[in-house]
This record gives sequence, C-alpha cells and structure tokens, in this order.
Amino acid sequence: MSGPSTYVPGSAFERWLDQRLPIMRLAHDSFLAFPTPRNLNYWYTFGGILSFALVVQIVTGIVLAMHYVPSISGAFASVQRIERDVPFGWLVQNIHSVGASMFFLAVYIHMLRGLYYGSYKAPREILWILGVVIYLLMMATAFMGYVLPWGQMSFWGATVITNLFSAIPVVGDPIKLWLLGGFATDNATLNRFFSLHYLLPFMIFGVVVLHIWALHVPGNNNPLGVDVKSPADTVPFHPYYTVKDAFAMAVFVLLFAAFVFYAPDSLGHPDNLIPANPLVTPAEIVPEWYLLPFYAILRAIPDKLGGVLAMFGSIGVLFILPWLDTSKVRSMRFRPLARWGFVLFVGVCLALGWCGGQLPDKAVYQSGRYVQTFEYRTAAGAIATGAISARTSAELERRAHAEEARIGAAMITMHASVAPFQIKVVQLSQMLTLYYFGFFLLLLPILGLIERPGRVPDTIAKAVLKDAATAERSA
Amino acid sequence: MTESAANTHAEGIGSAAEPTRRDFIFIATSATAAVGVAAVAWPLIDQMNPAADTLALASTEIGLDAIELGQESTVLWRGKPVFIRHRTPEEIALAKRDDSLSASMRDPALDADRIRQANGDAGKEEWLVLQASCTHLGCVPTFAAGDYGGWFCPCHGSHYDTAGRIRRGPAPLNLLLAPYVFLSDTVIKIG
Ligand code: HEM
Ligand code: FES
Repeated sequence: MSGPSTYVPGSAFERWLDQRLPIMRLAHDSFLAFPTPRNLNYWYTFGGILSFALVVQIVTGIVLAMHYVPSISGAFASVQRIERDVPFGWLVQNIHSVGASMFFLAVYIHMLRGLYYGSYKAPREILWILGVVIYLLMMATAFMGYVLPWGQMSFWGATVITNLFSAIPVVGDPIKLWLLGGFATDNATLNRFFSLHYLLPFMIFGVVVLHIWALHVPGNNNPLGVDVKSPADTVPFHPYYTVKDAFAMAVFVLLFAAFVFYAPDSLGHPDNLIPANPLVTPAEIVPEWYLLPFYAILRAIPDKLGGVLAMFGSIGVLFILPWLDTSKVRSMRFRPLARWGFVLFVGVCLALGWCGGQLPDKAVYQSGRYVQTFEYRTAAGAIATGAISARTSAELERRAHAEEARIGAAMITMHASVAPFQIKVVQLSQMLTLYYFGFFLLLLPILGLIERPGRVPDTIAKAVLKDAATAERSA
Repeated sequence: MTESAANTHAEGIGSAAEPTRRDFIFIATSATAAVGVAAVAWPLIDQMNPAADTLALASTEIGLDAIELGQESTVLWRGKPVFIRHRTPEEIALAKRDDSLSASMRDPALDADRIRQANGDAGKEEWLVLQASCTHLGCVPTFAAGDYGGWFCPCHGSHYDTAGRIRRGPAPLNLLLAPYVFLSDTVIKIG
C-alpha cells in the first residue's frame, strides 16, 4: 500500500542528499504522506505513545547509569543517592521507574486493541509476532531493571524468577547456575543484569524498527477491519494522525506527570526500600503490577514444572494466535459472540492481576463459619457439650484457646473443627487461567466456525461518510 | 553479475547429479566457518557460569553452644542460607511419628536420613542442618507457621514438617540437606 514515493526534494541540498542517502524520502513516505485509513480512533494512538515511552526510558536510563553503582555493596545506596543528592536525580529516577509502569500500561492497551480489531490476522501475522517479541523483551528488561536497586523485592524477585528455570528437567539446574553466575543471587547476578538491562532496550528499539516496517507493508488495520480499497479510504498521516497522536500523547504525559510528581512510589512495593537480605524473605513476594497476571497463573498450578509451563504458555499462545482464530472477519465489532468473549477476557486478565497480588490461601468466597464443638465437665461433674464459631480459622483457634482457659484444659475435649465451603485465591486463579487459555485455544477457533458475523461494510469510506457520493467528491 | 554468468552459476548448483568442485569448496568453507563461530560462541556463553573463586567450595564452621533448645540459627553458606535447628523432643517425636507415612510423601525420607552427616555417619536427633531455600522457587521458609509443625514458605504456600520434608504445596522436594559433619560435640562444619 505504500505505493510510489511522493517525495519532492525542496532544495538543492535535499536533492543532493536524496541521490546519496534517501533518508528524507524514507521519512516523508513513512510518516508524512503515508496513506492511513481515515477511521483510526484513539486506541490507535498507543503505538506512538509506546515509541515515546521507549525513548523516555532510554534517555533517563542512560542518565541513571552515570550515577548507579552495579555492586551489591553499592547499588542500594547509589539509588538513594540519586534520589537525594544528585541534581535532579529524583526527577530522572522517578521518571524511569514510573515510566516502566506507563510503558506497560500503554503496551497492554495496544495489545488489547490489536486483539479486538483482529490486527493479528493475515496479512499482519509477522507484525503481531514482532509485537509479542517486543513484549517479551520488555518483560525481561523490566525484570532486570527492578533487580538493580537491590532492595528486598529486587533480591527475592530475582531469586524466584531464576529458580523458575530449575523446573526444567535435567538441564534446569545448570541453566539456573549459568543465569545467576553462582549458587545464589549475588554480585555476579547483579552485574550481568545491569549489563543486559542496558542492552535490551536497544534490542527493543531494533525490533520496533522491524515492527514499523512490517506495519508499513500492508498498512494499518482499522476499527472496521476492512481493507483499504481506494484512496478515498485514506488520509495522509500528516497532519491528520500526527496531530491526533500528539494530542493523545499530551493526555498520556499528564497522567505520567501526575504519578511522577505526586505519587512516584505508589506503583512500587515498599519492601523494595529495605536493602536486600539473603537471610530473610519478605512475608509476601509480589512482582510489579504489570506481571501479576502471569504470577497468578504460575501459582494456580500446584506443580512446579506445570506452573512454569502454564506461565510461559500464556505468552506462547500469543505467538500462534493468528492461526488459532478461524474467523474471516477481523474486527470484533461485527462478531456478536467473540466480542463478549473478548470483554470477559479483559475482565479475566484484570482478575488474574488481582489474584497475583493476594496470598494464595486467602478465601475469596466463604459460605458460613468455622465451627468447633467440644465436650466439657461441668462443676457439678456432668458432661456437657458446647460449640464456638468464627469467620476465620485463626479467629476460631483464638476462641478455642479462650474457652480452654475459661473451663480449664483438663476438663475439656475439643473435637475436630469443621471448615465452611470456601473458594480460595488459588482456586479462583485456576478458573481464570482456564478461561485465559480457553479463550485462545477453544473459543476463538470454534467461534470462527459457528458465529454469524454482522454485516461488514464494503469500504471504509462508505461506512465513515454515510453516502458514497460524498466520498467520491471528497476524493 | 551478468545474466549469463548467473545462469551458468545456477546450472552449476542445480545439477544435483554431478556435484562440482565448487560445491565441495562451499560446503567445506561453511562447515569450517560454523565450527569457528561455535568455538567463539562457547567462551562467550561459558563466561556466565560460576567463576573459579565462586566454585571453590567454601566451608563454614559453626559452634552449636549458642543455639538454644527450640531455636534455630540461619547461617550463610555459598551465599545461601542454611538452617541449623536445635529440635525439641516434641519436634523429634512428631518427625518420627510421621516416618510411618513417609512412603506416601512426595519425597519419601525417614527422619534418620534427614539428620545424616555428609560422611554417611548418623547425625544427632536434636540437630537438623538444612539448606534454607524452599525447593519450589528458593524463598526462605519460616518456622512454626505451617500445618505440619515445621516450616511454611510464604511465597507460594509450601508446608514442611519438623524434619524439613515437603508435605503440601508446590515444592517438589524436601528441604535439601546441607552437607555437614560434627567436628566435636558442639562444632559442625558445613561444606
Ligand atoms: C525498555 C525500557 C526500560 C524499562 C522497561 C526499564 C525498567 C526499569 C525498572 C522497572 C527499573 C527499576 C526502577 C526502580 O524500581 O526504582 C529500572 C532501573 C534502572 N534502569 Fe531501566 N528500563 C528501561 C531502559 C533502560 C535503559 C536504556 C537504561 C540505560 C541505558 C536503563 C538503566 C537503568 C538503571 C541504571 C536502573 C537502576 C537505577 C534505578 O533503580 O533507578 N534502563 N529500569
Ligand atoms: S518458593 Fe516456597 S513455595 Fe514457592
């Protein structure tokens, strides 16, 4: 769709340059004249926002690296020094740590947008797969970045994640040793994570270039999921989408700035402000919010290898998604069933995220109370029975002890306590995990075969400008 | 490359019946290059493995006097925590009672195996020396928090008994023994 170039060098210098390095032509054809569907909505502004977020992370990261000390004795203090003593260090550090969250917020919206409008379907499979590669690299980068401040969550996060690999039969333990560079998370680990944390964003940058290249071959998909058929369906990227993107970015930066200036630590975990201690695990280890759904999937499976496979599988299915969805209709606007499946999927991902932040044994739903019956000898010598109940098992235990103290331990026989029906966080996570995989592996393949799609418009122009005559005139 | 040269070349490759000397040179060169790449890649990969000083098995000597009955001390060995637990008679009794269930445990072991010294000698019942990393994903479990009188791992909910055997939760194995020997009645050496 890129079509023949419309670049006209404006000056003698530009003509001279164009014959030697046609970089202005490339920029002009890709970002100014590029014919873009006329119906893109604000969900389509997140690609630009993501490019912006990547640049922000790279620039602030390079600055942080000028002051950061990558050693277990110096790391924690150096980050504190950046926040307190280095001129504007607080600003740069806050932008970088909040930036990671904003980056993920944007990428999740961007991915769900692609899912809803069927942007992964032919001819955009490679575009989608490159996106999933970027997402994987982002997770690796963010994970290693989170280790660098060397707080308690840094240390134990690194320990837990590298231990995931030890679940692999036979080669698991050697791989873990190789990743850590020792028997435990230590200086060697911190040093290599710093080196890789510096490298990966540039690899992301490289894949982003491929991603945009793969986008510019078939051109943008759009909310209708209808192919561009004539110039009437498109507008030039500039000024239409440069302005729309800029406006969306400004709104995004407002949110970004609100966090940076008013709540820079609200997205992190307070335990990471305690220096790393290999002898004490924090009461609960939680990853950053953007990884919580995967953490919930990991914990949903009560088997080490199974949990690890499910977690990696949850990203693995995204790679084969283009071949799982059998429907010919791209946009879920015209798919009455898939659309609700999608809405539920978003809800399930949010709920998984919630589960990932809770203790696995916590009850989400409970019908009734814990009950314990007992027998005791009264002052008169007769045998009597009694019962106590409580909302939680800890509370029941406390009451039982109180009862024992009141009546006298020698005079009382406690029966086994009876637990009420409960749904725990693990069980909820299991149900949600089932839907997560079911959505990709069953729902999308089957729905495409049985669903009766709504009427898809013939062209974008027709749908956008209610009558075709107007479309003709404006073209 | 001119068209005719390209054609000749294509024929040379295409005639499968008669491999030419050039085919042989191509294959031999590629094979040599592949070996060369592998030879360079290996050092670049292997450098990430534990260095010689890390591997040099550090050993630690610990006096047991300071650890009172019912208490445990956590020491670092090879950068990882090790529990030295001074077990009470109740803990020992609990562990021995559950020996009868050991066959049905995930990682069957008798209490006597759990306290064995690195040189194969029997240990002492009141001293349990275990690597403190949960065999699930490596957190440090806490004592007296689980359902089996022993350790509980807060990370994903693994319960260990008073011999450090896994009884419930995602961990696949018992807490690993730390290789230790008694140097005297009150001093042990780990590693
Ligand atoms: C894909 C882009 C990136 C992401 C998602 C990312 C993410 C993170 C995260 C989550 C942290 C922990 C922040 C905290 O908890 O305080 C961090 C720290 C750090 N990052 Fe990045 N980062 C990225 C790019 C970069 C780049 C390009 C560099 C350097 C060239 C860099 C250098 C650092 C340094 C030195 C730290 C440690 C200091 C600190 O914690 O503030 N980062 N990064
Ligand atoms: S690390 Fe102990 S249960 Fe997961």
